[in-house]
Amino acid sequence: MADNRRKENAVVISQEMIADGIFSMWLRTEAAETAKPGQFISMYTNDGTKLLPRPISICEINKEEGALRVVYRVTGENTGTKQFSEAKAGDTIPVIGPLGNGFPLEKAEGKKAFLMGGGIGVPPILELSKQLKNCEKQIVMGYRDEHTFLKSQFEENGSVYISTEDGSVGTKGNVMDAIRENGLNADIIYACGPTPMLRAIKNYAEENGIECYISLEERMACGIGACLACVCKSKEKDHHTNVNNKRICKDGPVFLSTEVEI
Amino acid sequence: MNMSVNIAGVEWKNPVTVASGTFGSGAEFEKFVDLNKLGAVTTKGVANVPWAGNPTPRVAETYGGMMNAIGLQNPGIDLFCERDIPFLKQYDTKIIVNVCGHAPEEYFAVVERLAEEPIDMMEINISCPNVNAGFLAFGQDPKQVEALTAEIKKRAKQPVIMKLTPNVTDITAIAKAAEAGGADAVSLINTLTGMKIDVNRRIFAVANKTAGVSGPAIHPIAVRMVYQVANAVNIPIIGMGGIASAEDAVEMILAGASAVSVGTANFYNPAITMEIVDGIEAYMKKYGFETVADMVGIVK
Repeated sequence: MADNRRKENAVVISQEMIADGIFSMWLRTEAAETAKPGQFISMYTNDGTKLLPRPISICEINKEEGALRVVYRVTGENTGTKQFSEAKAGDTIPVIGPLGNGFPLEKAEGKKAFLMGGGIGVPPILELSKQLKNCEKQIVMGYRDEHTFLKSQFEENGSVYISTEDGSVGTKGNVMDAIRENGLNADIIYACGPTPMLRAIKNYAEENGIECYISLEERMACGIGACLACVCKSKEKDHHTNVNNKRICKDGPVFLSTEVEI
Repeated sequence: MNMSVNIAGVEWKNPVTVASGTFGSGAEFEKFVDLNKLGAVTTKGVANVPWAGNPTPRVAETYGGMMNAIGLQNPGIDLFCERDIPFLKQYDTKIIVNVCGHAPEEYFAVVERLAEEPIDMMEINISCPNVNAGFLAFGQDPKQVEALTAEIKKRAKQPVIMKLTPNVTDITAIAKAAEAGGADAVSLINTLTGMKIDVNRRIFAVANKTAGVSGPAIHPIAVRMVYQVANAVNIPIIGMGGIASAEDAVEMILAGASAVSVGTANFYNPAITMEIVDGIEAYMKKYGFETVADMVGIVK
């Protein structure tokens, strides 16, 4: 019962800024042992005035080294993410994880897949692209501008299509524009990104009868399913309250698109 | 040395419980804490029927604390009795069921339904700031508090704890009204109504606009109110509000609480209650207290 989960002090192995305001950090943590693509960790500041977890998606998993990579955006001055970005190798960051359910990998077996990420929803798609096997991987990534972080790593794991808001790289527009411009199609979709993007992907998938898994986000207080802060509207009655509110932290963050309203 | 406390005739093995709404019914914490080590588990508010709660975002961080407007999302008393009570009965801890409602009849329905259930106490939430007509206004009026307490006492088979709001001019008037209505204990404080605006987006940080502020930042307010109430009533007080360490818990006991609830701290350290139980014990050893009761309200 007790003792198999805990908040631990993860140790920063390395950190670098990989695009304007986007940081990449490797952490040594027990969470690496069981982590799966699409799960997240709760990261806590060491500042007593900032108490709540920052739920950050897992970008890469190295089980041999007991390490996880997170790639996150600094959201402003005096923020928790700003404090994380100042951490140096050897510093500790309290974490709980892995949390939530990941992407269902087995569903892509023998299929043609879209792996779609937008903005700070790009990072969790990297580990997914590494672990998906026996399927055709079309990786469609949406960025603001020419700072196409993680692009070279994606290219090692599938065919990569890029969209940028300013048109500096790939298709000008969003990930849906990139699909259209390149005449792509798929039997299954995995996606993470801002809500408007996920909404467009969900609609596209449902209009075309494509199985689609989307990873949602919401502000959280506990990250473990107790506080009921991070709910989303669900089609079916949820297991916890028997209303139509699934908990993103515990029942998600990955949902079958037809299961949720966004 | 003896850590046990007697709250309205119910013997807890130690003075530590959890604040309603911060711990679910314990299942989510089962892997982080030994539930057997808690004096009691206080469950999230339950109504006569399921409630879907408020729109999101439901929480925001504040300086040294947080604010929430969950809106008492809960599964309703039927599923609660079927699932949550049997879950808690597996553990050697007392069960306190927090009861919420929109109207007296809704509270009565839950209280009556609990009569035959193997629970130890019930806590009546007349202080939620986040539910329209969620009885905050009710909990701010001494006459209504006395009347509702008396009606609940007529129906309740277990000891009744009335949970008080700090959003009043004089909390002692409300505490006295609960005592006059026959309450077996009072618990305080619920959250303080607050507001936060996202200045970059020019919208409210929490969809409900107002939300209840909790966490270490509000602890001194809670200590002050527990002290005032302890000097106004003769029923036990369960003290809560920003307790994040054994020192905070002891402070609340010295101010007059017979037991304490840990709330917001569960969110950022799910195992905090275990540290607090151990820390109170260490404090008692260090200063030679034989019982918890010996510490209650001794700072005058």
